[in-house]
Amino acid sequence: MGFSLLGKKIGMTRVYVDAVSTPVTVIEAGPCVVTQLRTAEKDGYTAVQIGFGEVAPKNSTIPLIAHDFKAGTSPKRHHREFRVTADELKNYTVGQTLTVKDLEGKLFVDVIGTSKGKGFAGVMKRHHFKGMFASHGTERKHRSPGSIGGLCSNRGFGGGLKKGKRMAGHMGAERVTTRSLDVVKIDADRNLVLIKGTVPGGKNGMVEIRPSVRLYKGKAKKVAAAK
Amino acid sequence: MSQQLLESLNAELVAGKKFVNFGVGDTISVSFRIVEGDKERQQVFQGVVISRKGRGIGEMVTVRKIVEEIGVERIFPLNSPMVAEIEMVRRGDARRAKLYFLRERTGKSRRLRDKRRGLKHVQA
Repeated sequence: MGFSLLGKKIGMTRVYVDAVSTPVTVIEAGPCVVTQLRTAEKDGYTAVQIGFGEVAPKNSTIPLIAHDFKAGTSPKRHHREFRVTADELKNYTVGQTLTVKDLEGKLFVDVIGTSKGKGFAGVMKRHHFKGMFASHGTERKHRSPGSIGGLCSNRGFGGGLKKGKRMAGHMGAERVTTRSLDVVKIDADRNLVLIKGTVPGGKNGMVEIRPSVRLYKGKAKKVAAAK
Repeated sequence: MSQQLLESLNAELVAGKKFVNFGVGDTISVSFRIVEGDKERQQVFQGVVISRKGRGIGEMVTVRKIVEEIGVERIFPLNSPMVAEIEMVRRGDARRAKLYFLRERTGKSRRLRDKRRGLKHVQA
């Protein structure tokens, strides 16, 4: 069912693939340690919990240190779970190490991260509204959203607006998944994965990498052709 | 730490490419590969380096030459596998990093001084 690795975004550079300049994001992925197995009897679902990244014990908590100690590892900074079927759970043991080698042979991956925070953003930036005219008598309203709806049109209850009306507000710093990114290269010696294109978040941010769960049409064709 | 890792990765990607050491103002000839269908041949572009920017694997070079009184510029990614060879033709004397002013120059003022003494004025 699932498999994922935790990693750290290193930054971006470019490589030449078949003499074509390709923008890549470098991610230091793994090694991740299996810290716990979630079973149907005990937890009501089956999943694998992994830990990644060293942390000084003083920056962790005693329960968490003990939790990692039980798995036979040093304190870890990040912990995440990925769901597996009961059968697949048998392939994992507590204390086992997952590395980028487990991603080898995968053509496409999804990368999940926390996007860069943009603060309180207006509608043009946040929802790609067009804004108002630059001239023709527009005064001090060049980036405003304009009317948010008349009395009769598509109102919510109680005289108010419908919930979810797109307005200015906090933008970024949220969980974002980028899907179906090409794996350009895997460097097992240094635990590096080179992924084509951009990945959410800033440098040194934690990201989750998993084999693509659902491919875009064009890429699905590529995979079919490769087989 | 991650920056160092990226730098070392960049250095590895660049490694293996060794070109003659040239700078802005020099006249160089760049041979680059052209793939047409399944055939491959090389073309040479000779001109003055008017800009060299970026570093590591992303370094770019702008070469300018005059063809029938029309200025032609090509920008080469220095570390692209398509750039086969770079030959030094003449060392020019440039007193600034970017020679964009050559675009406005015509006639005698378009020339650059040669680095060596005695050989003055090189046609840009």
